[in-house]
This record gives sequence, C-alpha cells and structure tokens, in this order.
Amino acid sequence: MELILLLAATDAEGNLGKPALGAATAAQALASALGGAKLVAGLFGARASQAAALLAGAGFEKALILESDALSQARYATDAAAGEALVKACGATLVVAPATSRIQRIIGGLAQRCGGKVDTHLTELTAEEGAPLATRWFYRQRMSGRLKRAQRPWFMTVEAGLYPPPAGSGSPAVEKVQAALPSTLTRVTGEKSPASGAQTIRPDADLLFVAGAGWCKKQADGRLHVPEAEKVILGFLEKTQSSLGGSKSVVDQSGEGTVLSFMSHLNQVGQTGSTPRHAKGLATCCHGEEPHTVGWRFVNERRAVNLNANCGWAQGKADVLYVADAFKVMERVNDLLGG
Amino acid sequence: MAFFHIVVCGGLVPDPLQTLEPVSGPAGWSLKNESLLPSILDPWAANALYEADALAKANPGSKVWLASAAPKVKLQQVLMALAQKAPFELLPVDAPAGGFTDAVECALALAGAVQSIEGLDRSRLLLFGGWESASRGAGATLSVLGEKLGLTEQFQGVDKLTVDGDGSLEILERVEGGKHQVSVLSSPPAVLGWATGGRAEPPNNPQIGMANMRALMPSLQKARAAKLPGDGLTLKSVSLPRQKRNTQVVKDMPVEQIAVEIVEWIKKKP
Repeated sequence: MELILLLAATDAEGNLGKPALGAATAAQALASALGGAKLVAGLFGARASQAAALLAGAGFEKALILESDALSQARYATDAAAGEALVKACGATLVVAPATSRIQRIIGGLAQRCGGKVDTHLTELTAEEGAPLATRWFYRQRMSGRLKRAQRPWFMTVEAGLYPPPAGSGSPAVEKVQAALPSTLTRVTGEKSPASGAQTIRPDADLLFVAGAGWCKKQADGRLHVPEAEKVILGFLEKTQSSLGGSKSVVDQSGEGTVLSFMSHLNQVGQTGSTPRHAKGLATCCHGEEPHTVGWRFVNERRAVNLNANCGWAQGKADVLYVADAFKVMERVNDLLGG
Repeated sequence: MAFFHIVVCGGLVPDPLQTLEPVSGPAGWSLKNESLLPSILDPWAANALYEADALAKANPGSKVWLASAAPKVKLQQVLMALAQKAPFELLPVDAPAGGFTDAVECALALAGAVQSIEGLDRSRLLLFGGWESASRGAGATLSVLGEKLGLTEQFQGVDKLTVDGDGSLEILERVEGGKHQVSVLSSPPAVLGWATGGRAEPPNNPQIGMANMRALMPSLQKARAAKLPGDGLTLKSVSLPRQKRNTQVVKDMPVEQIAVEIVEWIKKKP
C-alpha cells in the first residue's frame, strides 16, 4: 500500500497558504483514486503545530510536525533537512507538495537525498490500474503528458489554483518530529519589491491584464504616449486589483529603460515567461504568434483589445476581440470604474 | 578580489518559434522531426552563462565551464554561435536533450562531467544553470546535481548576484507575488538557478569564437556518452492542446460601448 505524505512549509504566522491547501486536496484525491492509500501530513516551519487544524476533513491519519526557529527562513540547507526528516519519519512512498518557490527550491535535491525520483508542476493526480498517474505540461505548456513511475519514493509538486482547499472537520493527530538541522552559510535578510514600488503581480487576482508593446509605440498622432500609458495601466490595476502581465517585447523594452517603468521580467507571460492562472484575462496592444500566447493558456475567459483583427494573440485564442484603440477604450473603462 | 570557478549547466531546446508536435516511436515519446529542428542553448541557461561571464570578468582569476547534456551533433551546431558570446571550456555529455527525459538521470550524467574537471577548486565553485528548462521545465536538475556534488547552499529563480567587499554574495531569488527574497551567502560553494538575470545577450565576438573553438572541438570529440533511459518512467500519452476558441471579432463598435461591455464583464463574478 502506498503511503502519501503531504509535504508543506508553514508561513511566519504558522499558516498554510492556498497552494499548500490545494496540494492537500490533491493528495487526498490521489489517495482516494488509489483505493485507500495511507495519508500523512508533514509540516515544517517555525510555528507549524497550529497548521494541522487547517487540514481538517482531508483524511490525514496524522500530521508530523517539525518546528524550529531555523525554519523561519526559507533556505535550502535547513528546509531540505526538514523535508528529509519528515519523509524518513513515515517512510513515504509518494510525496505530494505545493509548487511554491520554497518547495521548488528543495524538491529535486530532496528526491536525490532520499534516493527517489521527482516530477514537478503537476496539474492532476489520479490513478490507473492501481498506480499513481500524474499529468504535467512539457515544452513550456505547449503539450500535455500523463506519466507513471515505478520507483519510490516519488516526489511530486502540484501547481497552485487547481485544487480547492480541504473542507470538513476532524483535525489529524499531531506528532512531533525531531531533527538536527545543519548550520548554513545563508542568511535571509528580507524581501524586495519591484523598484517602482507598485504592486503589479497578484497571483490570487480574478483578472490578468496583459499589456503589449503597442502601448509604447507611436500612436495615431505620430507621437509616443508612454506616460499616459503608465497612468492608464496603473489606474486600471488599482481600480480592479488585477494582476499585470507583459508580452516579451514590452518587457524587453522595459529592460532598456525607455518604457513602462513598473514593467519587469517578473511580469512576463508567455513562452519564456510565466503562465499564471486567473479566471479572466484582458490583453491590450498584444501582438504575437502561437508560442507566445501560452501566456494565457490557463486563463478561462479571455478578451482582447487591439487594432489588428488578425492578431495571433486573439484569433482562436480570445473569446472576444475588440478592434479598437486600447488607449481610448481603457481610459473610458477607468472612468466607468470610478474612483 | 576573490576568484570563482563557475560551472554553467545548460541543455539545448528547440528554437521557441518552431512548431512542436509529439510523436511516439519504439524509443518512446519524442518530437516530430526532432533531429531536424534548429536548437538553441536553453534561454535561462544562456542567461546563466552571460551572468557567469560577467562575474568572471569582474573577478580576475575566475574561470567558466559549460556542461551540456545534448546530442553531440546538435551541440556542435549551437556552439558555432554560442562560442562567440563568452569564453568558456566545454564539458559535453552526448545524450538526448528532449523534454521527455528524466531530470535525475540528466543530473547524474552532468555530475560525472563536473567531477572530471581537473583543477576545479570546489571551495570556490558556483554551479550555475537555468532555474527551469524550456523543454522539461522541471526545475529539478540543477538541485539534484548540487545535492550529488554535496552543495547544500542552493538558490533558484535568481535574478541578481552581487559580490560584496567582504567576499559574501547577495542573492535575489524570485518568490511569490512578484517579489525577490534577499539572501546573503557568506562564501561559495553554491548552486544558483538563474531566471532572467540582468544581462543582455552579448554581441558575437569572432575573436572569442576563434579562441574558444580551438579547445571546444577537441572537447566535443571526447564527449562521454550517456543514455538517459528513463528507467521506471512510463509516459502514457503526450498531446497538444486542441482547444481553439471561436473568437468573436467586434469591429466598428463605439469606444463607449466597448468600455461598458468590458466593465460589465469584469464585474461579473467568474
């Protein structure tokens, strides 16, 4: 019988984020599909004990807790050692974890340390003929594959936003795990926001607003209107609390210091950027062909505003394409959204 | 100023503008006409190489190696252009480079290449690479390789590395919400999986190219082979997403009406 371990880190307040709770549900779905695998949670952090209650109703037999002040910082050496202790404490054959930056940093090394194999960014966990079956994308979301592995332990990270948090009652029993965490040469000194100070990336937002290079090109009057573009885009983001994505071309321009001051490579969506998950997406002034449109592959409802009716960003990709001047449309949208 | 021994790991991927189609054959899944598709050095690995070059230039006595697991023929094609970008020594592993290979097997093949470097000062080792590839996209290979080499200071999604006056390294890693985690590493060795970084692609420099190629071609001829058989891994199916939307093209609608429609759509609960 498989033993599934949900491996997750708690935050500074001792909570589990949405990605971890989604991974808990994914682990539960896998256990159910396998027909009764054992389900154990392994949580680590400076204040991990209280997080076990968040897993109520997900079918976990117990929650292994590894607490240490050293785990208040997200660092490879200490996090990997904590993960190793939790995997070995229960003899997990399958390890399911959220694809967060903290887990992604350690999951490969942890698999190697435990003599296992690893697959990341999974989008579905189920079973076929009594064995786990995982789904993931290849070649930057351009093709999807389903895979099985014979080796154990098998380490898997699950993408955020695909599974809901567990719902129910009955917290798992808590069992403390002790581990000697190694000393490390790394000291985390904090987090840094983009230089502009503008919060433009909101992974939990309903709407993704994608800005293309057209915002920074000469407009109908033959002149650039970049300051106006910045004002319109930032105004829209503030009013809607949406997340900002950028096409490769607009992001590369920003790197040259000539345009949209708040746009960085962190905003880039598409073939060489991110593929965020949002309920809706509005693309403006975006132009490009198939490889770049993977940037909104995981956006459910899509609309676009640009001047080219045959644009590759929109044709066959968007639900609605408005052939219009995005400056004028978005200025009016901001007016209608009000203060 | 202290020196660094920088080993950049990078695979080859199809040019991003190529049409890719999965096909199944006796050897498992691959891309249609894979051997004919033009290849490039993986974009994030290329960022890592340019960062390595800049770091080596700023710290005299440093040295850069490029370790790559890829078919020898393809590697030779890519090197013709890449060798003009930055000086490096090549550590080739003649192996499949596709996205359906196994990250752990790939890492272990690269480990052999890194361990074979003569004169490598492990106390000054910085193992660079892309944080993910544009083929497998696992984000695991570099981490497995680091673990295999005993490197327990690891960073992923790195956008900036600064060497401070005391020899410590300040590292900015991408975390959730469009932020960077800032860490200080007191000294190498370490693993750094690069995201975009901050360097533009260097222009071709034929002089660097000629100097590089004198050593690169003999290295390529001596590439050790690795099979990456995918033991225990079964790819049940691979398919392209077929979803094509029936786009409603709205022309000649007044701006006011478009704006009203968009606002109503935004306000509607998903």
